[in-house]
This record gives sequence, structure tokens and C-alpha cells, in this order.
Amino acid sequence: MSSEEETIVRYDASERINHWIVAITFFLSSLSGLALFHPSLFFLTNLFGGGPWTRILHPWTGIVMVVAFVLMAKWMWRDNYLNDNDRRWLSQISDVIGNREEHLPPAGRYNAGQKILFWVLVASLALLLLSGIVMWYAYFALYFPLWVRQSAAAIHALAAFVLVEGIIVHIYASIWVKGSIHAMVGGKVTPAWARQHHPEWYREISEGKA
Amino acid sequence: MPLQSLDIAARSATTLPSPGIRRTEEVAKLIDISKCIGCKACQAACMEWNDLRDEVGFNFGSYQNPADLTPASWTLMRFYEVEPAGHLEWLIRKDGCMHCAEPGCLEACPSPGAIVKYSNGIVDFVEENCIGCGYCITGCPFNIPRISKQDDKAYKCTLCSDRVAVGLEPACIKACPTQALVFGSKEAMREHAADRVAELQERGFKNAGIYDPAGVGGTHVIYVLQHADQPELYELPKDPKISPVVKLWKGITKPLAMLALGASVLVGFLHYVDVGPNEVKHEKKASDRRDRT
Repeated sequence: MSSEEETIVRYDASERINHWIVAITFFLSSLSGLALFHPSLFFLTNLFGGGPWTRILHPWTGIVMVVAFVLMAKWMWRDNYLNDNDRRWLSQISDVIGNREEHLPPAGRYNAGQKILFWVLVASLALLLLSGIVMWYAYFALYFPLWVRQSAAAIHALAAFVLVEGIIVHIYASIWVKGSIHAMVGGKVTPAWARQHHPEWYREISEGKA
Repeated sequence: MPLQSLDIAARSATTLPSPGIRRTEEVAKLIDISKCIGCKACQAACMEWNDLRDEVGFNFGSYQNPADLTPASWTLMRFYEVEPAGHLEWLIRKDGCMHCAEPGCLEACPSPGAIVKYSNGIVDFVEENCIGCGYCITGCPFNIPRISKQDDKAYKCTLCSDRVAVGLEPACIKACPTQALVFGSKEAMREHAADRVAELQERGFKNAGIYDPAGVGGTHVIYVLQHADQPELYELPKDPKISPVVKLWKGITKPLAMLALGASVLVGFLHYVDVGPNEVKHEKKASDRRDRT
């Protein structure tokens, strides 16, 4: 078996579709949210048919994103528990940034960076959902006292900032680590890819196969 | 709007100055609560001038009608039965937009030009630019703006900006039969209010005073209160200001966050240029290297 043939399934079709629904709704929500975040980005409302449409659509794309993310989080939850290797991985962050992957402790299905990103997403999306409901004037906002609405607005902006920063790191990592986007589109990776980036995961699935 | 297009002092969600070479005199509406008889002529005049008819509401056991400000009722007589000095007092306050010098609504609004403040101090909603998000309600320290269920736009008292622009007084002022409502320059109104306060104090209202809260930079609707030490009696906030949470939400944090997002993308790009892509190191090449050594 050549190590350059794509023989390992990293994400099955439902996982891939799930991921891309989250990704698309993230873009819709973040672009419409950024449009109202700062005046310099208000032009983004044009993508959604103007200011009122942006205001109408944003909560709904956000809700689809959260629901899709919950489904995704369900199947990847356990794979994201941090272990001792991950803690060592994080302490060697300079090797990560310097592209000296061979010095790093072996990563499982997800490396420590991916795991931390996952928990950042869980936390920020939970805050965005709760604060977003409080801010939703069409249905819910007026059930809450003013100070709660004000706090929700600040929390929503802060959590959105953290989420967008997290996704910038996520997208960059997928561009940087060649083969990652391919894996999330086609689903398969080569054994060499798995061995290099996720050695512990590669060991588990090879043993499972044998 | 066109009449006032050259005297815009502030405009929502706008980072550069708006057309503002023309400076107009700051105006104010003075509401002297001690002279108000609760006749609601101001409410009727407001409806008439703005050509708005609210739905017929319900009686909840008070003269107050409608029960609250609405998208079609921009001013409202509020009736309070209180006993601040051991005996019953019937306080009647005309509620509506205070036209703050530092408007929380304008600070919070994300839609460029949906809220403007003219150099005469009037804070006006421009409904055609309103996106209906409700942030103005979140930003307002006085709970004034209301969003219409009919068109999802925010409405409130305009201080008759259309009338004031052509030298007329607001409709409510014109209708008031007791001169509890007076309109003029902010300076003149403060002087008039001070005279009234002195009179009231002479008559025994020791705590009479002017309500022109400094926390929002002063307002362009000011009150003479019999009990200025207890604005809560009239359901007025004691020290209104734009909430620090709103400041955090809308202030310097936003440009800083924008900068951080841009910087992150740039750092990513530079990192890629620095260390290059993280590719799979093929075994074949590794053995090639061994062969060569």
C-alpha cells in the first residue's frame, strides 16, 4: 500500500456536509454581523439586500449555524478532550509556529490547537446564542430589562470578535497545512498525511484495521 | 431634512464629520411641571401636527392614556399619585424624548444617518435609514424610542424639527394653555426655569429645581420639578448617562477590534511567507536525501 494514495477516510459525507453548513452560515452571520459592528463595514449590508434585510436575516443564519454546530460538536466532542500530549504540544508552541512538526508530541485525531479552537467555538457560540436572543427586538428583547439588553449587546460583540478571530486562525491553519481543505471537501487523506499530522490517530486506525 | 442639511452636529454610524458649517442657536423646551394641569392638549397637538392616530387603548385606572409611549404617541402625560411630604400630591409629567446633548440612541445606532443631531440640539430619527434593530432603545437612558410593528421603524418626538427649522415653536408648546410648556433658546429657557424655581422655593417647595441632567451633557427638554431632589417621584432617572456597558459596546473597543481582526489576517499571511506551507514530507524524498549523504 503506497502511503501517497488516499486510503484513509477522515470525514465521512455527513460530517463534511455538516461542517460546510456551519461554514456557510458562519460566513452569512459574520458578514451580516460585521456590517452592523462598525460603520466602515456597513456596506456589507448590500450583500443581504440592505440594512433591514441584514437585520432580519442575521438572527436566523445565526440559529442555523448554532444548530448545525451542535450536531457537529456531538460527534467530535470526545475527540477534543485535552490530554498530557496536548499540554506538551502547547508548551512547544514555538515548534508549531516554526513548522518543526517532527519535534512535537504525537497528536490524536485533533491536535491541541484544534481542540482549543473547538472549545473556544463552543463557548463563543453559546454566548452568541444567549445574548443574541436577548437582542432580538422582533421577538424577545422587550421581555428583558434594559441592563440585561445592554450587557447582551456588549457580550454579543465580544463573543463575535472571539469567534471571528478563532475562525481566522482556523482558516489560516487549513491553508497552511496542505491537504486539510482537501480532507474536508473530499473526505480522504493519505497515510503519510495522517502519520505526519496526527500520528496518534494514525496508530489507532491502523491498529483498528489490523 | 433638506432645510437642516447644513447644520448636522452628529450623525449615527458615521466616522467623519457631517455637513455642519452652519451653526444654529441651541434650543430647548421647558416643561414646568408645577404649572401643568394635565389637560393633554400637548398630546392632542402632537397627534394633530404629526398626523398620527394611536389605537384606542384601555383604561387601567388612571387618567394616563395611552398607557405608555408608542410609535404613534410621541408624548404622554404621566400621572403619579405620591406622598413625598406626608400629604397626597398629584404629579403630572409630560414624557417624551429629552433630546440629549450626548444621545445614547445615536451612539448605539449602527445605521449611517438613521439618527442625526442638529446643531440646535434636536435629535431626530430619519426613518428611511432605520433598519429596525432596536439598538436606539438599548442605548437610550430614558426609555423613549418605540419600534412600530407596522413598519419595523423606530419613532419618537422630533421636537417638531420641521416646525423649528422654519422658525415655529413645537406643536405641543403652541397648544399648552397654562404656559407650562415654553420654547426658546436653551439659555433663555434655563433663565426662565431659574426664575420659576426661585418662585417655587419662595412658596415652600424647598427642593424645587431644574432637571437638565449633566450625565448626558444636558438635555434640550428640561423640567422644572417641585421635588428636584427626588426625580424618581416622576419616574425620571436620578443621574441618567449613557451606560458604561453601551460605551464599552460602541466606544473605542470597536476600532480596536477591527484593527485586531485585520492584524490577525496580516500575521497569518506573513507567517506563511516566513515558514512556507506545511506539506507532507514524503518518505521517498527522505530516502533520496539519505542516498545522497
